Amino acid sequence: MSPDTQSTTIPRHVRHGSNAGQPVSRRDGVLKVTGAATYAADNHPEGMLHAVIVPSTIARGRVRSLDVSAAKAHPGIVEVITPENRIPLHFDPNDKMPPFGFRVEVLQDDSVRYVNQPIAVVVAETLEAATEGARLLAPRYEEELPRTDLDNGERYDAEAVGVGAPAVTTAGDIDAGFAAATRVTEAEYYTPPQYHNAMEPHAVVAEWNGDHLTLDMPNQALRMSAASYAQYFGIPVENVLIRSPFLGGGFGSKAILNGPQILGILAARQVGRPVKLVLTRAQMYGPVGHRGRTWQKLRLGTDAEGKLTALHHTSIGATSSFDDFVEPAANTSLMLYASPAIRADHKGLRLDIGTPGPMRAPGEASGSAALEVAIDEAAQACGMDPLAFRLANYAETEPTSGRPYSSKALRECYEQGAASFGWSNRPLEPGTMRDENGFLVGWGMGTAVFPCPQFPAEARATLRADGTALVETGGVDMGQGAWTALAQLAAEALGLDLDQVEFHSGRSDLPDGGVAGGSGHTASAGQALSNAGSDVIAQLSEIAVNDPDSPLFGAGNIGVVAGEGRLYRRDDETRSETYAEILARAGRAELVGSGKSGRDPASADRFAMNSHGAVFAEVKVDPALMQVKVTRLVGAFAAGRVINPKLVRSQYYGGMIWGISFALQEEALADRRTGRIMNADLAEYHVPVNADVPEMEAILVPEVDPHVSPLGIKGVGEIGVTGTVGAIANAVWHATGIRVRKYPIRLEDLLARR
Amino acid sequence: MSLSISLAINGRKHDVALDDPRVTLLDLLRERLDLPGTKKGCDRGQCGACTVLIDGRRINSCLTLAASLDGAEITTIEGLSDGEDLHPVQAAFIEHDAFQCGYCTPGQIMSAVGLIKEGMAGDDPERVRELMSGNICRCGAYQGITEAVLEAQRKLADREKPATGKDAA
Ligand code: FES
Ligand code: FES
Repeated sequence: MSPDTQSTTIPRHVRHGSNAGQPVSRRDGVLKVTGAATYAADNHPEGMLHAVIVPSTIARGRVRSLDVSAAKAHPGIVEVITPENRIPLHFDPNDKMPPFGFRVEVLQDDSVRYVNQPIAVVVAETLEAATEGARLLAPRYEEELPRTDLDNGERYDAEAVGVGAPAVTTAGDIDAGFAAATRVTEAEYYTPPQYHNAMEPHAVVAEWNGDHLTLDMPNQALRMSAASYAQYFGIPVENVLIRSPFLGGGFGSKAILNGPQILGILAARQVGRPVKLVLTRAQMYGPVGHRGRTWQKLRLGTDAEGKLTALHHTSIGATSSFDDFVEPAANTSLMLYASPAIRADHKGLRLDIGTPGPMRAPGEASGSAALEVAIDEAAQACGMDPLAFRLANYAETEPTSGRPYSSKALRECYEQGAASFGWSNRPLEPGTMRDENGFLVGWGMGTAVFPCPQFPAEARATLRADGTALVETGGVDMGQGAWTALAQLAAEALGLDLDQVEFHSGRSDLPDGGVAGGSGHTASAGQALSNAGSDVIAQLSEIAVNDPDSPLFGAGNIGVVAGEGRLYRRDDETRSETYAEILARAGRAELVGSGKSGRDPASADRFAMNSHGAVFAEVKVDPALMQVKVTRLVGAFAAGRVINPKLVRSQYYGGMIWGISFALQEEALADRRTGRIMNADLAEYHVPVNADVPEMEAILVPEVDPHVSPLGIKGVGEIGVTGTVGAIANAVWHATGIRVRKYPIRLEDLLARR
Repeated sequence: MSLSISLAINGRKHDVALDDPRVTLLDLLRERLDLPGTKKGCDRGQCGACTVLIDGRRINSCLTLAASLDGAEITTIEGLSDGEDLHPVQAAFIEHDAFQCGYCTPGQIMSAVGLIKEGMAGDDPERVRELMSGNICRCGAYQGITEAVLEAQRKLADREKPATGKDAA
């Protein structure tokens, strides 16, 4: 394992031992290992009822009848909510609520648009009664033939892909690029529907008090969601309180409002008692988003030196019949390799499925899964080592615009990853390596890339009379370690030890912490917290340097530095004073500061900004069964400044495991006749278990970025998925000589072509 | 209907008048006995989030009807630490960052405690991975989990060794 590295050396940290940059353990660790961390469904307010969703079992048609009286006759049933009797909403669920709202199904009519769409809600005294009541409804349908695949779905020109990204981008003359090529490689790739499957099912505990609404729910975007719920229920936004101290995983599925959670809130309103609604695992396959499947095509032109002359990436992305989220897969090709001509275009495909949504590295994961294999195929065609080929096509500036990168230590990632993996010993030809048991061995690599956004966020810091501080922002910890990393940043700005900083977050009534998504939460909420801390220190300095009784009196022009709960004169550290002393003499009980985050628009214009990485994979394939096992995985990532290497490494591991999953395991399979997902559970929808995961290495490559934000933080949550998928697929080819261009790569694909 | 059972949960005796024969141990703990530390991930025996120890054995509490447990001794995540003192498995999980979101963690930890008791893994990480594979972690904290189980196992073994002078430390 490489030593922990950090990319910043601001002198104050060194002198005064800031906690930022240190691999401290999670601050919420004790709560999480003792069962004391409360997730939404752990709440149980007085008088609470249980609500259960009745999911549709057809993909297209309408509900003809529900046996409401049978359900109501069951002991313990309090209410059965159907389109007939559900109370009205104040916002039309067939409209999209800005900025990111999707159309939702909340019993507005009897139509069925996908399997697992809610068609009724049963509310009962106990979960057992509600579950049985839901079964007794025994829906009857008028069923239409569902559209389930490329051959029967409706293709259309998407206006935008992902969250507002362009559907078509062209840079340079693509035809001229191909005309100039000495060699053109072309192939098609398929990525399947994948479901987030956070371990914690979507849940809400809703309690109304007049027009005030309190929600315990896992939520990646507290303020935005509070505003949306306020609109749905026609109440002022300040009447909505969302508490989301812990999320049992999100991965994008808990960022956007969905039908079931709205129905839970609605049920509480309708029955006039607190209600808990938790989705079953099976019900998570439909109304709460997924990674939409893609059919991609890549065409690469190369010249005699193995340099790209043209790169054309096309993707068809499946979405629902009634809303648009087309996986922005092809746009990945705009970010990585230098080519005089690049084109990325997308089409949409309407199917009778729940609307897809952002899932960990939306677009980048699927796009990279295809692009990195296409690059490997081009390298193979040119007779070049895949790393040499990537270096020959290294983008020194952003490929489509020519803008400089704010920072890009990708070359170092390639070098350090390759060195640790032992890449230089890789034979060019596939199928030549065997291990001591006769297993086929293959080595593959992929480049990792992900944008590094910085979102608006706000924070507050309060320095208290005893010299400790309270810092607050409505941020979200879904496992990335925000409670720890954000507190570290606040402590650094305040010049305090971590344990002197009390950190409040996870509630919508705190300053807006922004969205935990896009791998941008630490960069965003962290910057706001850091600025809030600096604001307090500035106020404190002002008091001290103007106080004739302070040893810092008159240090105004020279300045002071904060550390260990003291202010020091910058040029003479023997002159210092504690925060508590300064406040006491000034008669101040506390000092309150505030901070905001937001990227400098000039930097955003001038620079291309991404995190980068390189992933190297070894697989072993049983020659008799063609079963694939990933046996080594090395990732080297450069993502700006690292606040907590322990947590960052965990993010990389998690992302890389998602890469294993994408490459070899995950796929939701729909029955073509009914549109029903045949493996909507954790036994048959395969995600990695411990035994699927080898010993891994994540190398934290130092990178200083003065442009992304004052703190220089990029983002680490999603990049690990990218690169890894292709690395594994390429390793499978290298082991077997067989190119499988559809995910997940299954042993039957290999057996059939052995 | 009402069916009375008597359970010892985390060393405390509970006489439970079950209001419904359909209640699983998991829902009994979470919804009726105010012990929500044990988590529901699938309710189908497929994820391990609900793992508890019943008479010392690791069991998926979502697949166990409460009515069948009269007289059983149950340990949940809430009963593992000794007051403020964490169980070595809990401490090792924090040290090795063996969780992210923490939702699978109660199940992972109970499973690890059971596994160490079973004594089948030895000090082989590959065996630990295999024998911990009934517990899914979607966050992918597996590397830390494996390290934590091995370390806690060593610590527990050291503890049980008769103290022979200094090397117990
Ligand atoms: S909840 Fe019991 S195994 Fe998943
Ligand atoms: S820590 Fe999130 S599922 Fe394991």
